[in-house]
Amino acid sequence: MKITNEHPHVISYKKLIGILIALLILTAITISVSMVDLGKFNVWAALLIASTKCTLVVLFFMHLKYENRVIRISFVVTLFCVAILIGFIFWDISFR
Amino acid sequence: MTESDSFFETPSPTKYKGIWSWLITMDHKRIALMYLFVILFWFFGALILGLLIRTELMSVGRTIMGAQTYNALFTLHGVIMIFLFIIPAIPAIFGNFLLPIQIGADDVFFPKLNLLSWYLYILGSLFAVSSLFFGGPPDTGWTFYVPFSVSTKTNVSATLTAAFILGMSSMLTGLNFITTIHRMRAKGMRWLQIPLFTWSLYATAWVQLLATPILSITLLLVLFERIFAIGLFDASKGGDPILYQHLFWMYSHPAVYIMILPGMGVISEIIPVFSRKSIFGYKAIVASSMAIAIAGSLVWAHHMFTSGMSDVAVFVFSLLTFIVAIPSAVKVFSWISTMYKGSILMTPPLLFSLGFIYLFSVGGLTGLVLGSAGTDIHVHDTHFVVAHFHFVMFGGTGFAFFAALHFWWPKIFGRMYDFKKAYVAATMIIVGFIFHYLPMFILGIMGLPRRYYDYMPKFETGNMLAGIGGYILIAGIALMFFNLFASFKNKRDAEADPWGGTTLEWTVPSPPPLHNFIAPPEIKDYPYDFSDVIKKFKAESTG
Repeated sequence: MKITNEHPHVISYKKLIGILIALLILTAITISVSMVDLGKFNVWAALLIASTKCTLVVLFFMHLKYENRVIRISFVVTLFCVAILIGFIFWDISFR
Repeated sequence: MTESDSFFETPSPTKYKGIWSWLITMDHKRIALMYLFVILFWFFGALILGLLIRTELMSVGRTIMGAQTYNALFTLHGVIMIFLFIIPAIPAIFGNFLLPIQIGADDVFFPKLNLLSWYLYILGSLFAVSSLFFGGPPDTGWTFYVPFSVSTKTNVSATLTAAFILGMSSMLTGLNFITTIHRMRAKGMRWLQIPLFTWSLYATAWVQLLATPILSITLLLVLFERIFAIGLFDASKGGDPILYQHLFWMYSHPAVYIMILPGMGVISEIIPVFSRKSIFGYKAIVASSMAIAIAGSLVWAHHMFTSGMSDVAVFVFSLLTFIVAIPSAVKVFSWISTMYKGSILMTPPLLFSLGFIYLFSVGGLTGLVLGSAGTDIHVHDTHFVVAHFHFVMFGGTGFAFFAALHFWWPKIFGRMYDFKKAYVAATMIIVGFIFHYLPMFILGIMGLPRRYYDYMPKFETGNMLAGIGGYILIAGIALMFFNLFASFKNKRDAEADPWGGTTLEWTVPSPPPLHNFIAPPEIKDYPYDFSDVIKKFKAESTG
């Protein structure tokens, strides 16, 4: 019995493998960056790479790209809250 | 079975009888009662632990226990009271029982998830207790601060796991409430027709959902540290011990609002009923609940003014802390204004609510002493903090819980308790409370640190007084519960609406039937319209 009117979305293997490779490259960048001292920007660089990886996983592996508006808005709101919380830690870390 | 049989006579699912009709029930009212009895069990346990701590502190040197036992007892008192009593008490018991009824629904949106939350609560509490018997009870305090929580040999891991599981239970309850309020309101009930208790649960549920994962992750990180020694919080390995405090308080300060917001919702229900007057500033109270939920999530670092964090952070978080005082004060002014020129009817729930307003105001205002960075340096980690915290949490949430018990007891069980004993108990609790906690403010200003096993002789009088107050307080609580439970024996049946309430729970029988409403509920334009209640009372008094 069909209980929803959603269309199941199938992502091609090609695309999934492409994302996987992108994630592996980003992981390599994470490790490489950790060996270079960027001073104050150490955390920002790590956060930027981690956020990019996270975005790829959520959009493609977790299908957020193909979800409806409500789910996407809920996710963006959550992300916004997390950004504020992490951002507020920098009131401390950046001014020590 | 008739349509009006109470939920006690009609199990859900109907095929199960006896204990099974409770253990696998999907009825929100039965789940609420299961929470009630388990939460009360833990509350009584933690009360006894608290009394033992205060007895130990009544005289200088060893009184009844050694230092390690004392450390374990104050940790368990904190963990049990916070995670097993104050956080779940009002939402899980009264929220579960009343939220669907207040919005005209027959259950919560996810009944099975609701039952799962209860089982997670039980599992979490078992983990908390297991730490007592295996590996030595934890001695870190409920805050689990690193580096001590990573290096101590006691069984902190079990307590951390307990808090992690309890967090999951709390999140699922929050998720269930948000979905229920969005999707299951009776036809015709718009957002500004929702009762204030439900509004407070809605604000709380968002905080539960957004803040609890941070604690869960943080506790997992501490567990990882204990097992793998990664060095996340270890400065010698490039970690940052203050980061733990940020992450911990990022949840645990909003958690204070998870504890207090539902209590404020209870008071917003009780005050208009016994003032026979519409609540003053309905929209302002709704807005202040949401404002507290949002602003309260951004003030966590005021717990860390002496931790060594930057001066800029101290300034910003101190400023933000003062902002939270505004919506809290809006509520207090609204309650007082509701009573102004009202036709006040004194009852036990109202007496507890008045106790709440007074004690919570003292707690809130002393919070500003702590929120202002200059004065905080002086009283940080002293008994002043202990007194402030208990005025807000016990004088606030605890009293709101007692008020809610007395207000909705007739609705839940269909039995009315003895008023005289309830007044005596309430008075003993208030007097005992003030004797118990007021000396701690003074001891704190004099410089007595919190969590110390022993102290200098100059602090003995204050500690002795606090101890005596504690015994009066406990005697009052014992009398209160004796009186409530005695109502089962006295068999004074309660009417559907014994108080003259206006929200939907007072339109259904006491106790309510399985599906709550026998006929579809009639939704009023405004949930606090007392014109019919006043007419009814006038007709009764003249006729």
